[in-house]
Amino acid sequence: MLYLLLYWEFFKIGLFAIGGGLATIPFLYQMSVNFPTWITSADVADMIAISQSTPGPMGINMATYTGFKTIGIFGGLTATIGLVTPSVIIIVIIAKFLTHFDKQWYVKNSFYGLRPTVLALICFAVSNIFVLSLYNGSSIRITESVIFIIVFFLYRKLKKIHPVVWIVIGAILGIVLKLPT
Amino acid sequence: MKKDINNDKTSLFKLFRTFASIGVITFGGGYAMLPFLEREVVQKNKWADDTEILDYYSLSQCTPGIIAVNVSTFIGYKERGVKGAIAATLGMVFPSLVIITAIAAVLTNFQDNQYVSMAFSGIRVTVCAMITNSIIKLSKKSIVDKTTIAIFIAILISLFLLKVSTILVVLIGIVLGLLTSALKKISKTNGGNS
Repeated sequence: MLYLLLYWEFFKIGLFAIGGGLATIPFLYQMSVNFPTWITSADVADMIAISQSTPGPMGINMATYTGFKTIGIFGGLTATIGLVTPSVIIIVIIAKFLTHFDKQWYVKNSFYGLRPTVLALICFAVSNIFVLSLYNGSSIRITESVIFIIVFFLYRKLKKIHPVVWIVIGAILGIVLKLPT
Repeated sequence: MKKDINNDKTSLFKLFRTFASIGVITFGGGYAMLPFLEREVVQKNKWADDTEILDYYSLSQCTPGIIAVNVSTFIGYKERGVKGAIAATLGMVFPSLVIITAIAAVLTNFQDNQYVSMAFSGIRVTVCAMITNSIIKLSKKSIVDKTTIAIFIAILISLFLLKVSTILVVLIGIVLGLLTSALKKISKTNGGNS
């Protein structure tokens, strides 16, 4: 029964959280009120911190963590599957629709306007991480900015190198240069 | 390794494996995975091109659910239908499941460790550099004429200065796309008649 309830609660979050991982946060706070034995608001705060420093989509990390805290490993699995079920169903329907209608005038021209819109949305979404990394609240972080510029040009030049190498280089530089949070 | 007879069909396991490899190095969710998605999906496997990736992002933005999952579902579905959608999604969430379960099981002060936080400060900077590159690439596919430049700037202003919500911005984008295309069509037919 607990599994079903867990699945259902995360199914609902998956259905209503529009706009990605951050959108799940208010739902999780609500959950800490409705189901205080599952998670507490302190757990949610911890989870946000952990999610930002572990790989994977934030929403998935949150679901796994909450499910695990509630009923262990299979709880994590149940919550995660609950969270992604609505997405998979909805996206499959849209993808089906698109394959039939992508030549239609209104679909084609919707995308014409949507593409620059999404580009702006991406810029907006990533501006947070830029500010966080390159600005400390009063001035520009010099070391980080220099690393940013060098990595940016090397990354464009050396296309053969796998992105994970840059992640590792970033981690090493962070530790060696003792970069502040 | 024995090669599958049906060469043009992507195996479900390959979808799973590819998305798991993207999931394991994506720090920070949907947008941070752009550079990896471009490398694995666009360049290496050619499952989609840059324009399609952009279209999937735009649809994922205005549909419920996690953006990274939605984009994976689109690509999986395109390759192998419903089964492919499920395989790609499971691949995407698999690394998180393992890593978070491990973290939740063994330690709680993981993020308080000073070396971990220094490493992540460094990772964030390199991720920024890679995302910048992705944005430049995508801009070539989305900003194609004066109209799209204008739409891009208008949406940036509404997001940063007017704090318009994501869903509203997406709707505005659709309306602007339809409206400007309709106007162009009308002026074209008028020009042809005169």
